[in-house]
Amino acid sequence: MNYRSPLSLARGRGSAHNGTAHWLAQRLTALALIPLGLAAAVLFFWVMRTGYYEVIALMHRPWVLLFAVLLVGVVFWHGYLGLRVVIEDYMPPGRAFVFVTLAKFLSIALALLGIIAALMVGFGSL
Amino acid sequence: MAQIRLPKNSRIKKGKTFKAPAGTNNIKRYSIYRYDPDSGENPRMDTYEVDRDRCGPMVLDALIKIKNEIDPTLTFRRSCREGVCGSCAMNIGGRTGGMNTLACTKAQDDIQGEVKIHPLPAMPVVKDLVPDMTHFYAQYASIQPWLKTDSPTPSKERLQSPEDREKLDGLYECILCACCSTACPSYWWNPDRYLGPAILLQARRWLADSRDEATGERLDYLQDSFKLYRCHTIMNCTDTCPKHLNPGKAIADIKKDIAEREA
Repeated sequence: MNYRSPLSLARGRGSAHNGTAHWLAQRLTALALIPLGLAAAVLFFWVMRTGYYEVIALMHRPWVLLFAVLLVGVVFWHGYLGLRVVIEDYMPPGRAFVFVTLAKFLSIALALLGIIAALMVGFGSL
Repeated sequence: MAQIRLPKNSRIKKGKTFKAPAGTNNIKRYSIYRYDPDSGENPRMDTYEVDRDRCGPMVLDALIKIKNEIDPTLTFRRSCREGVCGSCAMNIGGRTGGMNTLACTKAQDDIQGEVKIHPLPAMPVVKDLVPDMTHFYAQYASIQPWLKTDSPTPSKERLQSPEDREKLDGLYECILCACCSTACPSYWWNPDRYLGPAILLQARRWLADSRDEATGERLDYLQDSFKLYRCHTIMNCTDTCPKHLNPGKAIADIKKDIAEREA
């Protein structure tokens, strides 16, 4: 038997004062992915038609390297935010916490991996 | 974890059919969700054949006719019969699927073929078409839907400019029928923690009131990834609102308020 009042259940643990940064970041990363994604598509088709050394040379240009780092970072950031929403929507609080932490760790690890790889190409020898 | 199928005792069975008397020319068929917790039986869909020529135009007219003349055990809420009280909110539809709306403002003839009626989705059912609104009302109480002030009470009425009064348009008309909240997938998955479109529209109504002095406190309460940010702008709320309000926009306005406060 549950003797908690309906108001007590509705209020729950109150407000966590969070969510705003997530909401804003989700929109900003989505907007950023429009130009980044288009540029990535153009670059992809160019890479398909050109040689290995031309691509390495291109990655040595600071703007291209910055673009690659941004692309990887923003993709994984946006991916993490979306994954988190799905987990929070469909999982009970305790399990959601575990999976959100896992998603966060994986996203950061994969983003770092991509960024380090891009930097190694960019700063590596021609 | 999410359940794919309904629990065994919630699965809907085929029910009885109440045939119209022989010689009835214009028959409108109603398939209605029936559930009686006292019987211990599963819910069922009963079918009623209503003489359309001897019935008022709205779905509520048909329900009242069924209760009066065919089956007095059919249970539903209704009061004003003109879209003001919100009591007769239920899920009404035909072949193409149901929509949450008010039975009193939904014309029978707008629905092709058989009319299917269910209680509002994702709420506990008390009996037949009567949902348990306890939690919904408690969530309403949790946003403190009254004027909050610290200034001394004026001796006359609290003044408000016509421009400020206009900001309440599209908000004050809400009748709390719960059509929108029970149409919202986010509310289906997290009704315990997400406030839902109806309550958030009401919250916005008090945020928009120039006479209220608790805006910050109200935003503090709403700033929560579950209470507010479960809204993913699916917009079922706005599609279904029988009063043609826009809860989706009200929620967006709250998010904007909070974002601007952060900056």
